[in-house]
Amino acid sequence: MPRLDVHALTFAAGAPGAQGQGPYDLTVEAGTCVGLAGPSGIGKTLFLKAIADLIPHHGDVRLDGIGHHEIPAPVWRRRVALLPATPTWWHDTVRGHFPAEPFPAGVTPADLGLAGDVLGWGVARLSAGERQRLGLLRLLAREPACLLLDEPTANLDARTARKVEAAVGRYVEKTGAPALWVAHDAAALMRVANRVVTLTPTGLVEGLIDPGPEEPA
Amino acid sequence: MTLIRLTPWDLVLAGALVLLLAALSARLKLAIERPLLVGVARMAVQLFLIGYVLKALFASNNPVWVALLAVVMLAVAGRETMARQRRRLTGPWGYALGTGALFVAAFSVALLALTVMLSPEPWYHPRYAIPLLGLMLGNTMTAVALGLNHLISEAAERREQIEQRLALGETYHEAMADIRRAAVHTGIIPVVNAMAAAGIVSLPGIMTGQILAGAPPVEAVKYQILIMLLIGASAGLGLVAAVWLAGRRLFDERHRLRLDRVT
Repeated sequence: MPRLDVHALTFAAGAPGAQGQGPYDLTVEAGTCVGLAGPSGIGKTLFLKAIADLIPHHGDVRLDGIGHHEIPAPVWRRRVALLPATPTWWHDTVRGHFPAEPFPAGVTPADLGLAGDVLGWGVARLSAGERQRLGLLRLLAREPACLLLDEPTANLDARTARKVEAAVGRYVEKTGAPALWVAHDAAALMRVANRVVTLTPTGLVEGLIDPGPEEPA
Repeated sequence: MTLIRLTPWDLVLAGALVLLLAALSARLKLAIERPLLVGVARMAVQLFLIGYVLKALFASNNPVWVALLAVVMLAVAGRETMARQRRRLTGPWGYALGTGALFVAAFSVALLALTVMLSPEPWYHPRYAIPLLGLMLGNTMTAVALGLNHLISEAAERREQIEQRLALGETYHEAMADIRRAAVHTGIIPVVNAMAAAGIVSLPGIMTGQILAGAPPVEAVKYQILIMLLIGASAGLGLVAAVWLAGRRLFDERHRLRLDRVT
């Protein structure tokens, strides 16, 4: 069963050459979900990108004991899969983005509240919420061994969000994949996560730290 | 062969046409009069200079001077390639990459043509070597500049898409495939267009020049076909090399998109 270990992870905040942030230490046990909280712009997305090895960083990240620099980057990213907050689409049809066997992990469009024939749709007609859910479906189709989810329910109504939460929960339980779930909604984090950590510029703090009054987005 | 010699008045009259255009531009606020006049002035000065350089070069026929002029032409073409890109690679790469591609493509094709096809005596005879190299460099420069400009600005614009593809486990090669293909298409279009229109819409420059100089049309056509083929080969080769190298340089060894390497 894979476990995600992050040790002494640091990276430049925002623009290159900017001051570094971290170090971050985190362990996500197999089959569990850790919620990641923190105010907007604090670097949650960069934190996920660093773990997926998409941005330059220092430190050690391991899945199942295998360090990310021990295997080719594309192999690492197929195992440690990042779902961006707004998934982008480049082929004309939804199907073009999926492997030949689209739902090997057992999560189907219906599980996420999507139409059964959604694979045949053109991407131009997709709504923001559909793009987001299909992004998750596209990610799970590659059967990753670890999930990094950046606001996976931000564009969804409450009922659909619950469906997505349940589907991710089932995937994590079935495959033992550790999951890291970023959200602003404290209630959602409490629902999906076994534990919650808050990201600060200098490290991770256990628990949900109240960021104070709402900041403008 | 009969060559009708141009008088200064002929050039002044043609120049007056461009002045008229500049005046029209100023009147209609098209704002092209400045670049137009600067371009005209540059063109005239550069061509007169090269005319006298070539005159001296033909007289001496010294390979060292031919090589020197070739290097100057390459350096200027490389600089022009860089200047034509809206966004380009930072540091020495910005210049070296385009210039390197120009060098490999234009020089190898020109060398092949001089030693195997035209075979003047000696093969580096400036009457053949310099115009040929100029044609290769000029056309390859346009192709490389267009291709690199497209590649780099698209990569910057479609950053989210590229990162998404990388995040799904694609290699940098796969994630850039569409953009790279589009960049090569963009770069090669002028060459393909020139070939398609040749002879029907336009009589290309080499042929026109030779016919004006009194050469038999069919001989002029053969030269033109040779030159167009060489241009196609050189432009295509330089373009592909530059786009591939730049596509590589946009990523690091961990297949991460490094837009910090772009201005």
